Amino acid sequence: MPRLSAEARHRVAFQLNGRPVAAEAEPRMLLTDFLRHTLGMTGTHVGCEHGVCGACTVQIDGVPARACLTLAVQIEGAQVRTVEGLGPEPGRLSVLQEAFRRHHALQCGFCTAGILMSLDYYLRANPDPGEAALREFLGGHLCRCTGYVPILAAALDAARRLREPPPHA
Amino acid sequence: MPQAPKNAAGINEKHIGKRQRMTATAASWIGQSIERVEDAALLSGRGRFIDDLGVRPGTLHAAILRSQHAHAAIRAIRADTARQAPGVAVVLTGRDVASLSASLAVGVKAPIECWPIALDRVRYVGEPVAVVVAADRYLAEDALDLIEIDYDPLPAIVDPLAALDPAQPPLHDGLGSNIANDRSFCYGDPERAFSEAARRVSVSIHYPRNSCTPIETYGLIAEYDPGEQAYDVLANFMGPFSLHSVMARALKVPGNRLRLRTPPDSGGSFGIKQGLFPYIVLIAVAARAAGKPVKWIEDRLEHLAASVSATNRATKLDAAVDADGRVRALAWDQIEDVGAHIRAPEPATLYRMHGVLTGAYDIRHVSVRNRVVLTNKTPTGLNRGFGGPQVYYALERLMQRIAVELKLDPIDVIRRNLVPADAFPYRTATGGLLDSGNYAHTVDIALADGGYADLRKRCERARAEGRIYGIGSVAVVEPSVSNMGYITTVLTPQERRRAGPKNGAHATATVALDPLGSVSVHVASVPQGQGHRTVLAQIVADALGLTPADIRVVAELDTGRDAWSIASGNYSSRFAGAVGGAAHLAAMKLKAKLQRIAAAQLNVPVGEIEFAGGRVHARGNPDNAVSFTRVAAASHWSPGTQADGDHALRETVFWTPPELTAPTEDDGINSSLCYGFIFDFCGVEIDRVTGAVRIDKYVTMHDCGRVLHPAMVAGQITGGFAHAVGAALYEEYAYASDGSFLTGTFADYLVPTTMEVPALTILHVETPSPFTPLGAKGVGEGNCMSTPVCLANAVADALGIAEINLPMTPAKLAAHVHPAEGAPRRAQNVPATKPFAGRRLHGSGSADVKAAPEAVWRMLLDPGTLAAIIPGCHGVEKLSDTHFRAAVTLGVGPVSGRYSAEIILSQLVPPKSVTLTGSVTGALGDGRGAGRIALAASEQGGTRISYDYDAEIGGKVASVAGRLLDGATRLVIRQFFEALARHAGGAARTGLFARLRAIFRRRP
Repeated sequence: MPRLSAEARHRVAFQLNGRPVAAEAEPRMLLTDFLRHTLGMTGTHVGCEHGVCGACTVQIDGVPARACLTLAVQIEGAQVRTVEGLGPEPGRLSVLQEAFRRHHALQCGFCTAGILMSLDYYLRANPDPGEAALREFLGGHLCRCTGYVPILAAALDAARRLREPPPHA
Repeated sequence: MPQAPKNAAGINEKHIGKRQRMTATAASWIGQSIERVEDAALLSGRGRFIDDLGVRPGTLHAAILRSQHAHAAIRAIRADTARQAPGVAVVLTGRDVASLSASLAVGVKAPIECWPIALDRVRYVGEPVAVVVAADRYLAEDALDLIEIDYDPLPAIVDPLAALDPAQPPLHDGLGSNIANDRSFCYGDPERAFSEAARRVSVSIHYPRNSCTPIETYGLIAEYDPGEQAYDVLANFMGPFSLHSVMARALKVPGNRLRLRTPPDSGGSFGIKQGLFPYIVLIAVAARAAGKPVKWIEDRLEHLAASVSATNRATKLDAAVDADGRVRALAWDQIEDVGAHIRAPEPATLYRMHGVLTGAYDIRHVSVRNRVVLTNKTPTGLNRGFGGPQVYYALERLMQRIAVELKLDPIDVIRRNLVPADAFPYRTATGGLLDSGNYAHTVDIALADGGYADLRKRCERARAEGRIYGIGSVAVVEPSVSNMGYITTVLTPQERRRAGPKNGAHATATVALDPLGSVSVHVASVPQGQGHRTVLAQIVADALGLTPADIRVVAELDTGRDAWSIASGNYSSRFAGAVGGAAHLAAMKLKAKLQRIAAAQLNVPVGEIEFAGGRVHARGNPDNAVSFTRVAAASHWSPGTQADGDHALRETVFWTPPELTAPTEDDGINSSLCYGFIFDFCGVEIDRVTGAVRIDKYVTMHDCGRVLHPAMVAGQITGGFAHAVGAALYEEYAYASDGSFLTGTFADYLVPTTMEVPALTILHVETPSPFTPLGAKGVGEGNCMSTPVCLANAVADALGIAEINLPMTPAKLAAHVHPAEGAPRRAQNVPATKPFAGRRLHGSGSADVKAAPEAVWRMLLDPGTLAAIIPGCHGVEKLSDTHFRAAVTLGVGPVSGRYSAEIILSQLVPPKSVTLTGSVTGALGDGRGAGRIALAASEQGGTRISYDYDAEIGGKVASVAGRLLDGATRLVIRQFFEALARHAGGAARTGLFARLRAIFRRRP
């Protein structure tokens, strides 16, 4: 592990949503601030800065992580995925995002990015989750608008659609 | 030829098609759960929340230093070092802010002030004391640590009942006491009703403080133009915009020189973002002082400790009851704790429900005593339910007690007292005008469709199995669309006459046509995620024969440009009834003009012009038609062919309902325009081991008038229910008896997750409101009013107890489930100190060192040695033989900071024992404590050191790291004795930790 000077800025190079990026950060800069204010990726939100609310969840090397508990310099060389990278292409939504819209699984949308990043990971690892398991998994996210019921419905619906074999061409 | 996409995109497109297709049977877009226009951006990270928006180059960033004391005089603030710190532009204290602004207006007639920053006295933990403006937030926070403040702590009042004591010193000298307002009301003849009634039933309630805590915190960017002497502020403020006047006055500018704008998206509010307004004033002043735009984003600790919360309230409520459970009269005694300042619009929480203090019931005699008191807690304000939770908790606990004490069925007691169906519109005893409903019928449907009979059986079975199970039920009217005049009920009729009548509530909406004939809508409703843009598109599409996709809605507000009034904003569930209605009226106004234009184009009478499918046609002759856009564009391209007043370009409607009248001479007030009806019932089971409440079944029946968008109504109900579950079972803004704030993180302030919020059954009856243009009533707050007390009634039923306060935590309920336990262990040998107030710590231990007691004694009294062995010590100053001062840096959990410690030695018995009393103060907290150290000669000439300590901790450390304090304290003490042992040339062994370590060391 390289020794970093607290006084200096350091170059951090990594893959963001599949593309190489690099920028400079002080060692103390949080990944949330680095993504949002240095790189302009404002889809990742900051809700508590102490790791409880889950709004800032991103995927680092394929695994959900709290960006507010991660320093920017820690992601040197890593693969980082944010909500901006979820859609199949600009202007289109993923199956999971579509399910959220269909089930009204968001209201203000502030916590949503983190929930999507967690679910995107979880549904790939667990294609056929039961409601109880989903509830437990989503216990790591706080949403104050929806009461969670439509989020669970959207996640189960998305899981079902993702399991369906793609229709024949 | 490329193949058509058949994957996710295929589903996507099919769905978009469905989204905009009206079902064959429906006659309108209103009432359909179409997908929201807001969602595509929010789901893909393209939301535009305040902190997502760019700022002008050169914008500076603010950080706020806050009080760690609940009550203290500020003796001195030393900020010179902070002013010299890297990147710092300006540091403002209370005096600087006062020189550039005026006090915020206060809602009661009293010679008191309310500043957004402390001047010479702090009155709650978290109150701003200084503002640092620097090049970035990191540098601003660095500089906060360099500001030194000398406080003289004062006694804190935390309990609202203690605030009634005239012997307590007043928080605000201008008041003379801590009772800011005391009003008594009498409606009908309650005295006679009580004297004639068969029974008197009472409840006594302590309603706690809580908050709906939006996940996005406060944020704003302020700028000052000295040339025009004008402020420009972008803030995620939610209204009411009556507070714009308070802010402009405080900034000493006319209203047109405070341009206030809101960002397109706001991350939830639930009333809370009303409390942003003092910070708008504070940061606007900072921007003026800095000469640059200044941005401030609140952090979560600031939000929990010092944004705003619901009021806590002590209520005594008595009912005069006939033997059959019919309530003849109510006597309310409410003591409202608004915290350290009466910040606008308080004491509105206390009066928002004044017209419906009889709830859903036909009760003609009511007496009320309302007292507003000040305590050393954060000032209160809007929070979802706003007064409803406090009122209904008392009223519906009372109804349950009536059933228990008179041995009646609780449902029968509710039913017997409901306002009868033929009485609408029904004028309540206190002046409310219940617009519409059929309460008894609605209850019947809820019981039948919600499965009440089955629930009763389920309860019986559970009890037969020895489980702790109970059923609760409540009836509630949910007020919406507040009368801006209700708050003046706090004034006496004479004071109101002098001030002039205040009443009404303007909703505004603008519908505009552009030169291509497309339709735009603008409202001043400032949504925070409620989907206003979607519903407005439905409403206007219906009026003009278009689809929602044809309409573009802008919902952000700019006071410098848009139509708005004091009632603008998003609160009191006013959207569906008032704003949606105003948009409908504006669209209809525009439609009438378009009809005249089309009549001329199609050569038919105006009365025969119809709008459908994007076309305008003659009735009965669809072929005689012209496209909507052609008619809609006409006034831009050929105004000369139209008569003056016929131009169809842009219509703005200001709508205020005539039912919202000012308080009457006898203090009657129709505090809201519409009143939905809610009937809930539930079954809960209490865990015999843990005391935890499990919600087994919950049914909520709503009559919110005409439902504009069923899925959004369900979202409001489910979301409100989740807030209510939190308030009922988990959430409390907890304060220690010295006013320390104890719940400064989401690990301490427990918000429900998916694991705690069960699915619920939602039922509907629709009785349109006769008073709103679309027949809709508000629905956003009802479950925050009904659910906490419904759960409490079920818990009371399960445990057979009369008195129960929120939150119903396992610890609280376990006391009713289990027999009493013994007192917890207390530290021994510690001199008696005053009763503990803040976060309490105590412990004891021992350590062995190789040096003799005399040598250890000398070390403990030597500043040089102490400086070397105290963890994180920067130096020790000897003020006298028994008085030391030390500067130390300590870290507890996430909080690390610099502290100044004073240590006084007493009861010295050299070289055997000494008592240390001391205090630590720092930006992150303070503590006081006492400890006794005893030295005893051990084998081989060493010393066994024994110690006991008792301490109390306040400030930020207590707020965010309370759970970690015990462990952290033990760690610091261990480090101290290890260092002492090293210094004395021997290994330290300190109690359990050392023994454990020794065990692990022995392992191979």
